[in-house]
Amino acid sequence: MFFRTLLAMGTLALASLVQAQEPIRIGAFLSVTGPAAFLGDPEQKTLELYVEKINAAGGVLGRKLQLYSYDSAGDAEKARAYVKRLIEQDKVDVLVGGSTTGETMAAVPLVEAAQVPFISLAGAVVIIEPVKKWVFKTPHTDRMACEKIFDDMRARGATKVALISGAGGFDRSMRAECLKVASAHGVQIVADESYGAGDTDMTAQLTKIKNTPGVQAVLNCGFGQGPAIVTKNYRQLGIQAPFYQSHGVASKQYVKLSGDAAEGVRLPAAALLIAETLPASDKQKKVVVDYKREYESRFKSEVSTFGGHAYDGLMLAVDAIKRAGGTDRAKMRDALESTKGYMGTAGVVNMSAKDHMGLDLSAFRMLEVKKGDWALVQ
Amino acid sequence: MSAELVQFLLAGITLGAIYALVALGFAIIYNASHVINFAQGEFVMIGGMAATAFVDSGLPLPLAAAAAVAAATLVGLALEKLAVEPARNASVVTLIIITIGASILLRGLASLVWDKKIHSLPAFTGDKPIAIGGATLLPQTLWVLGATVVAVAALWWFFNRTLTGKAILAVSHNHLAARLMGISVRRVLMVSFGLSAALGALAGILIAPISFTSWDIGVMLGLKGFAAAILGGLGSGPGAIAGGLALGLIEALGAGYLSSAYKDVFAFVIILGALVFLPNGLAGRRAAERV
Repeated sequence: MFFRTLLAMGTLALASLVQAQEPIRIGAFLSVTGPAAFLGDPEQKTLELYVEKINAAGGVLGRKLQLYSYDSAGDAEKARAYVKRLIEQDKVDVLVGGSTTGETMAAVPLVEAAQVPFISLAGAVVIIEPVKKWVFKTPHTDRMACEKIFDDMRARGATKVALISGAGGFDRSMRAECLKVASAHGVQIVADESYGAGDTDMTAQLTKIKNTPGVQAVLNCGFGQGPAIVTKNYRQLGIQAPFYQSHGVASKQYVKLSGDAAEGVRLPAAALLIAETLPASDKQKKVVVDYKREYESRFKSEVSTFGGHAYDGLMLAVDAIKRAGGTDRAKMRDALESTKGYMGTAGVVNMSAKDHMGLDLSAFRMLEVKKGDWALVQ
Repeated sequence: MSAELVQFLLAGITLGAIYALVALGFAIIYNASHVINFAQGEFVMIGGMAATAFVDSGLPLPLAAAAAVAAATLVGLALEKLAVEPARNASVVTLIIITIGASILLRGLASLVWDKKIHSLPAFTGDKPIAIGGATLLPQTLWVLGATVVAVAALWWFFNRTLTGKAILAVSHNHLAARLMGISVRRVLMVSFGLSAALGALAGILIAPISFTSWDIGVMLGLKGFAAAILGGLGSGPGAIAGGLALGLIEALGAGYLSSAYKDVFAFVIILGALVFLPNGLAGRRAAERV
């Protein structure tokens, strides 16, 4: 016991010698377990991987990064408690996290009061609208997905659209955004069906859509296994109208679960999904291919856009710290807000005082499932 | 009959058959012990997840399905032996709470043993839809219906023609009298947990090609199965089947003709109605007050 204490003290002393300078403290609260684990798990892995890589390369401004990460398990109340701890006890310089919109919004009042720069990894528009002084986010919003999809539908001559949505938070938020922007993008919603969490058959809803006169395209706002079931039912009923899915199921898993039924389905997604097939002239190719290789070689599992959001969050923070010349909170915030032309896995980021996300529609690529794989729609 | 109605009915029967299988599991354990086993949905999950895991490791589908049913049965027996039996002198409510705890544990274990992804099984006999009167049906649905019929027939035979089955029925009527007749209540409990775990697993395997499986599907399926069991009258086998089918049809017709947003609401409103006006369920015998 005594020996072990001595050893620990020795290690500590050694560490303090090596780290002459204070580390930069990065705080993270992610849904590593629980219902949103598919978001938090790759996010956590990505942060660990890149903090390690940055430190191995000498850190930022000669200072090491230190990651303080807590598992908020998809629970807004836990997220709030951890954010308090990160700010008050761990005294972090910048916060990256909030896998879900609920967790993010729970943290907003705290970070605004404590004045800590905060980069959220969640999707909804409410995070950045209205603009909050200290809050930024990396993923594209569901509204952008709706706009991208409606533009593509119109380009194919479809203006009468049926919606079928799940009951989850993502599903409902996207449905609401799609209803809001539909008329501005020249499409009319002629049917609006929904299904519950854990439902195993959606043929009843789809039959209703099939029998609605004039439907020219169908959009499924959904997440998880629901969309794969909807896709199978869609083919089972032999509905001919073009079928769209949301970016929420932009993963190989969706294609695998739906099998042949997914052929011809279109969805908007980040460039990361088709990293290798992007043309060499694409400016985003390098960053997405690099991230994909790093992640997949380290964790032996397929890269997801969610991990990419965490990569963007960390890199935006690092970039801002470099430009701010240190970890002064107000300077970091100003540097974040003036981010211009940063190329991330989600797209090119141009922030401003009015836009704390900084992505435009070009961040989304329209993909089509062809022979069980993604193909870029030109 | 319009093609639309046929499609809704087919959807309802598919859903209903699955709910019926889960509800039967509830009924068997309730009969033997008066315990509502809230881990019933987890048996469905274990069946599906184990089957996909076995298929992924290279076993042919029939073998994987058999192994998954066996695995779930073992889990059911273990649940009885390790969690329910040590507390056999506790009140029924305590036992029910134990099963809720067990279901949380099983879900957590499943997410560790396997993973948190969604898995699917290949359809047993292809994916080509069959057209019936303008509506379509997947071959897998026929498997679900067929297997449900076979399972129900096998259960009927078991309960009416075998000594063990009759022993379970005897215990369900009167614990004390059954014990005085030399029936081992402990064995009956074991058999009933094993049996309902096997049934749940069967349901999980049958629906995995249609609606997929993941570590957390047990919650909702368990709830729907429980609702079906209540609707049919707790503890009644034919009631569980009727309740399951009724629930599936209500959901499909409600979603089709009224509003899909309130699909689950119709189902639960009907169940509340049944509890208020038909407290013993559709097939319920009037429970005689035990004096």
